[in-house]
Amino acid sequence: MNAMASEWVEIGPASEIPLRGARVVKAAGGDIAVFRAADGAIFALRDKCPHKGGPLSQGIVHGHGVTCPLHNWVISLETGEAQGADKGCAPKIPVRIVDGRVLISAVALTSRAA
Amino acid sequence: MKQKLVIIGNGMAPGRALEKLFETAPEAFEITVFNAEPRVNYDRIMLSPVLSGEKTYDDIVIHGDGWYIRHGVMLYKGHKVVKIDREARTVTSEHGAIAEFDKLIIATGSSPFIIPVPGHQLAGVVTYRDLDDVHAMMLAAKTGGKAVVIGGGLLGLEAAAGLQMQGMDVTVLHLMPHLMERQLDPAAAYLLQRSLENRGIRVHCKANTHAIEGEKRVTGVRLDDGTLYPADIVVMAVGIRPNATLGKEAGLSVNRGIVVTPDMRTSDPDIFALGECAEASGQVFGLVAPLYEMAGVVATNLLGGAAEFHPSATATKLKVTGCDLYSAGDFAEASGREEIVLRDPTRGVYKRLVLKDNRILGAVMYGDVADGAWFFDMIRRGVDVSEMRETLIFGQGYQGGSAMDPMAAVAALPDEAEICGCNGVCKGKIISKINELGLTDLDGVRAHTKASASCGSCTGLVEQVIRLALGDAYNPAAIQPMCACTDLGHDDVRRLIKAKALKSVPAVMQELGWKTSCGCAKCRPALNYYLVCDWPGEYADDGQSRYINERVHANIQKDGTYSVVPRMWGGLTSAQELRAIADVVDKFAIPTVKCTGGQRIDLLGVKKEDLPAVWADLNAAGMISGAAYAKGLRTVKTCVGTDWCRFGTQDSTGLGVKIEKFMWGSWTPAKVKMAVSGCPRNCSEATCKDVGVICLDSGYEIHFAGAAGLDILGTQVLGHARTEDEAIEIIAALVQLYREQARYLERIYKWAKRVGTDSIKAAVIENADRRRELFDRFVESQKYVQTDPWAERVAGKDAHEFAPMATFALPHAAE
Repeated sequence: MNAMASEWVEIGPASEIPLRGARVVKAAGGDIAVFRAADGAIFALRDKCPHKGGPLSQGIVHGHGVTCPLHNWVISLETGEAQGADKGCAPKIPVRIVDGRVLISAVALTSRAA
Repeated sequence: MKQKLVIIGNGMAPGRALEKLFETAPEAFEITVFNAEPRVNYDRIMLSPVLSGEKTYDDIVIHGDGWYIRHGVMLYKGHKVVKIDREARTVTSEHGAIAEFDKLIIATGSSPFIIPVPGHQLAGVVTYRDLDDVHAMMLAAKTGGKAVVIGGGLLGLEAAAGLQMQGMDVTVLHLMPHLMERQLDPAAAYLLQRSLENRGIRVHCKANTHAIEGEKRVTGVRLDDGTLYPADIVVMAVGIRPNATLGKEAGLSVNRGIVVTPDMRTSDPDIFALGECAEASGQVFGLVAPLYEMAGVVATNLLGGAAEFHPSATATKLKVTGCDLYSAGDFAEASGREEIVLRDPTRGVYKRLVLKDNRILGAVMYGDVADGAWFFDMIRRGVDVSEMRETLIFGQGYQGGSAMDPMAAVAALPDEAEICGCNGVCKGKIISKINELGLTDLDGVRAHTKASASCGSCTGLVEQVIRLALGDAYNPAAIQPMCACTDLGHDDVRRLIKAKALKSVPAVMQELGWKTSCGCAKCRPALNYYLVCDWPGEYADDGQSRYINERVHANIQKDGTYSVVPRMWGGLTSAQELRAIADVVDKFAIPTVKCTGGQRIDLLGVKKEDLPAVWADLNAAGMISGAAYAKGLRTVKTCVGTDWCRFGTQDSTGLGVKIEKFMWGSWTPAKVKMAVSGCPRNCSEATCKDVGVICLDSGYEIHFAGAAGLDILGTQVLGHARTEDEAIEIIAALVQLYREQARYLERIYKWAKRVGTDSIKAAVIENADRRRELFDRFVESQKYVQTDPWAERVAGKDAHEFAPMATFALPHAAE
């Protein structure tokens, strides 16, 4: 099946993402960070901190948040919004889990606007 | 359609106007900003701490690039506007950028006034206005030498103090009979002059500059009376003049500055002038508080409001460490005015109040400025002081009999009392923001109110206001919790990890009652380190609790690539290593190769996916990770010692290599940099390192607790060793003590300051048994860490870190 033709695209098993960690998916629309929180919940955001574009996938994951490795902005994995007094948003990427496998929105792979 | 707003100038005043606009109506305008300086909006009044080395440029940025992007502001950096076309409603920059406007703000600021004496155009004559000037001064200061500052006003004195702190021999020339004549009376100016002279700054008042001498570069300043002051750099800080030319050429009404009505409009109602270039009520302004007030008025009126700017009394503080000086209002002598003066020559205290009709008009204080805000508040409110006149000069604490405690004094301030002069923040605003947003600390208050966020001199007062709002819940002197996840401080956590034998991150969080499920980016790396240190060989390192650099054993760069630094033992390398490095650079098209300050080579711009392959090639040539990313042992810098140097007393290179080979791989609370010098000439700069060795004929002098980064600090001597082995034992014991006692991210010099150097000497020098125990524990922990992390990853460890989870080809055809 042509992956791009369906609405959701499989990127691999959730178990390949470390707990309290993230992996990168490289796509035409820009890198996507796929996170796995301590409780097993999966989230995906554009891999770009709203502050200075730092790769969020490289940050420390805590609760449902990630701390950007460049300047320690804390970004909510649930909304992509910067927490605390900082303002800004990393676009959220639609993501699903089916039988332990992670699927992300095909549109997000190709288009820059998530 | 949105109205187009163009702003010429990107200083603090227009920055504040934009903040106000975005607070009320973020979508009201399509905004374009032209900045003649090639940078973002920074806090100009904090240039003095940058010059003195107490802060960096990054510390004083108010709005970073992201801020402009988030608010959709088009910012032209390095574009000087050369023309305003009022017919066509456009402005044009020198590089040809054209922007249309419906509303225009001219905020071109001011230029330093240059005295047109002969020689004023020589190289080495600088002004003090922007970051470029500061850089020019810092560059000149690097080589030491003599500086002459022309102008003994606020800016000139801050420049003089900064240059002196940078190591220059400084003379201040001032035309008037006493320093800072606009802010100080002669008595306070005298105290100030004495204090500056005591710190080694020469002050020459009534000094009329005749000429600046030199061929191509400045060599000295000649006064009218013939006196010559030799100089390697001359700073002109005699005053500023508004930049009004652009307004004049556009046909706007211009006097000294661009003339504005109280609503900040120029003679063209769609054009505002704001900041130092504006002339309001016949005055021009240079202090930040009135400029911020203007900014608020402009923002309100742009949005259709009806605000007016009326200049009121201003207050000044000198930002020179160690000189406490405050002046406010009008303190000139005139008929019908009275004064109250207090002098205490021994304490160096001087206070003077100028009154008229029982109201304070002005205040000058030197040495004890604690009551500055209180007096200033009474000046602004026109309070009748007849009731407290007898004790007025002693300050707020003495009103009503016995001395008031500082908290009661703050409690007694009215809500509209100004706490932060730079940002015009009053007590009521701080308290209402604390209550409204549930703020609990100084950082929060700074972020949301800007109080104490500019020059910082009101920090103590702001903390008292927070304390007032939060009661005993806020006590800045109490133990700082590690982070918001716990109430325990670092020391308690370290103690409990040992006492309760906690051996994993979840165990610590469970047993010590963490308030979050899995910690945060502050506590997790700290806990991981404490466990690594306390349970060598038992604790399984948690990669997800390490900062990215330590997790992938390379340094992340701003664009998400990494830098790679292989170890060069004691700074030694070889043709084989250099050839391998060169091959790696070619093979992986590594864009930048740079020598580090620690005698190694840095390969910058390596793609993350390439890291294992780069390491494999470096490993093949015998090189291992330099841990340039680690809170751990970094470098041991050496000079060539007895191997080559005619002055060398010992084999400093050999000792450096031995120390590095013994200690590499160890994790420490913060980075540890070392050096070994072969003689007291100290070519390896060992006396500003965390640990340093100076070789002598008689053996080895062990130094520690130096710093040469954010802080500059010479080392202290820890002790003396007769042999290399003894030196290594002392150093390892010292590092082990540091590993066991320090708080995460606390460098050796800060730890030493906190626990006291005597306690450290007692443990590692005076008590041989204790030293041996520490040494043995260090040796034990080294058993588990001396495996090259690069080789492990080349062999496949943590492969998921370096490969994307999935890659989707670029669908060019679909575009």
